[in-house]
Amino acid sequence: MEWNFLAAIGRVALRFMAAVGHLSLFTLQTVRHIFLPPFYMRIFLRQLMSIGYYSLPVVGMTALFTGMVLALQIYVGSSRFNAESAVATIVVIGLTRELAPVLSGLMIAGRVGAAIAAEIGTMRVTEQIDALVTLSTNPFKYLVAPRVLAGVITLPILVLIADIIGVSGGYLVATESLNFNASSYIKNTFDFLEARDVISGLIKSSVFGFIVTLMGCYHGFNSTGGAQGVGRATTNAVVSSFILILISDYFLTVLLLD
Amino acid sequence: MTQTPKISLKNVCKSFGSKHVLNGLSLDVMPGESLVVIGGSGTGKSVMLKCILGLITPESGEIFIDGQQVLGLPPSEREKSLRKTGMLFQYAALFDSLPVWENVSFGLMQAHGMGRKEARQKAIEKLALVGLGPEMAMKSPADLSMGMQKRVGLARAIATNPDIIFFDEPTTGLDPIMGDVIDTLIRDCTQQLGATTLTISHDMESAQRIADRIALIYKGQVVWIGPANEIETCGNPYVEQFVNGAFEGPIELDILKP
Repeated sequence: MEWNFLAAIGRVALRFMAAVGHLSLFTLQTVRHIFLPPFYMRIFLRQLMSIGYYSLPVVGMTALFTGMVLALQIYVGSSRFNAESAVATIVVIGLTRELAPVLSGLMIAGRVGAAIAAEIGTMRVTEQIDALVTLSTNPFKYLVAPRVLAGVITLPILVLIADIIGVSGGYLVATESLNFNASSYIKNTFDFLEARDVISGLIKSSVFGFIVTLMGCYHGFNSTGGAQGVGRATTNAVVSSFILILISDYFLTVLLLD
Repeated sequence: MTQTPKISLKNVCKSFGSKHVLNGLSLDVMPGESLVVIGGSGTGKSVMLKCILGLITPESGEIFIDGQQVLGLPPSEREKSLRKTGMLFQYAALFDSLPVWENVSFGLMQAHGMGRKEARQKAIEKLALVGLGPEMAMKSPADLSMGMQKRVGLARAIATNPDIIFFDEPTTGLDPIMGDVIDTLIRDCTQQLGATTLTISHDMESAQRIADRIALIYKGQVVWIGPANEIETCGNPYVEQFVNGAFEGPIELDILKP
């Protein structure tokens, strides 16, 4: 009985280590192919549009309402000790340092990570990836590298836009329903905002872009078992992206705090 | 002086877990020859093809193309060796994100560096060879019937004028008339190119239409090989059972007898 229990733990540990090793090799291959020619510019530009431009409505809506809710909630809290003037500052710092990158990362994981996993997974089970190989085309270079590079570049741009929209949302609520003075709200927003607040958010978002696209490609690339396998790959891509975003967010925050 | 085989497999072994799929398979395909490998489902036909193409790595044995050992070649050399091959997949494996003409000329653009304008013209020429008009060029593969997809797949396989063409179950999923059309196209196109072809199939009529020689695989080994016109009279018990579709015989089936 005890022996079976230990064997089960051992099997899980071995499977986990194998998965970590497999993912590490996949990541190294991906990074290597990002820097080595040939570069598929047309596919890269298509991915920029797909990941960046088409995600704007989702990210914009998320940022707008997050900024609005944040202003309301901080007002409720700060009014308890007469610190209403801090609303603008907390909204902008909360958004740029934390909420815009994390929420954008999660939204992109749901929209883009799932789509990448489904597309590449379908290509795997319908032998399209094998067809690429027989046509002397490296699937890492053609499928994975352009998507991951596009994710790393696009997410910071999306987050920068989300910062602006989110702060505007906070401004709208503060001035229209909380009766804040418009010019003093704007002044408070920019007086206490530092470049590193924005930059740390952009660094985080770049890492999240890497995680989301890498997970989408990894799970799609290794999907097996027909339609059910593609479905599983899509779910795994989204769930693993969510978990990795939240875990890496903590470590990045610690790293970028000073 | 004996001629060097175009493709040569020597004692190739491949297992998946405890299942031994290829058991020391040896096979030679001579230049300009059309060899069809027949055999029941799960006998190792597709695995053999994937081993030759480098999609699967066998545990032991040797595979030569034009006298060059291809197992263990670095990826760039392997890509070069694949440039002289074409492949028609069982379900065509067309890239559904690309229009028909880009599918056909994919190898020309990616591996041979041809410009898009010239590649498009070439694709239309190749589509004409398989009986498809220029109006098909801009269509999406998803809009085509399986017969048309196979013809586009054939056009893609011959687009780079390869020395060697592989066909994986070329008539599977087609009605008898379309099956005959595909076989005739395969015969005509490969004769025009002077290419060596290796086809795997379990369709006896199709095999006899396109083969110079036929090999029967059973349990990962070649149990008979000979001229196509001798298959009915060879007297080999495995061949007789397979050709007649008999339940009784040396071929063991993985099903319970009624």
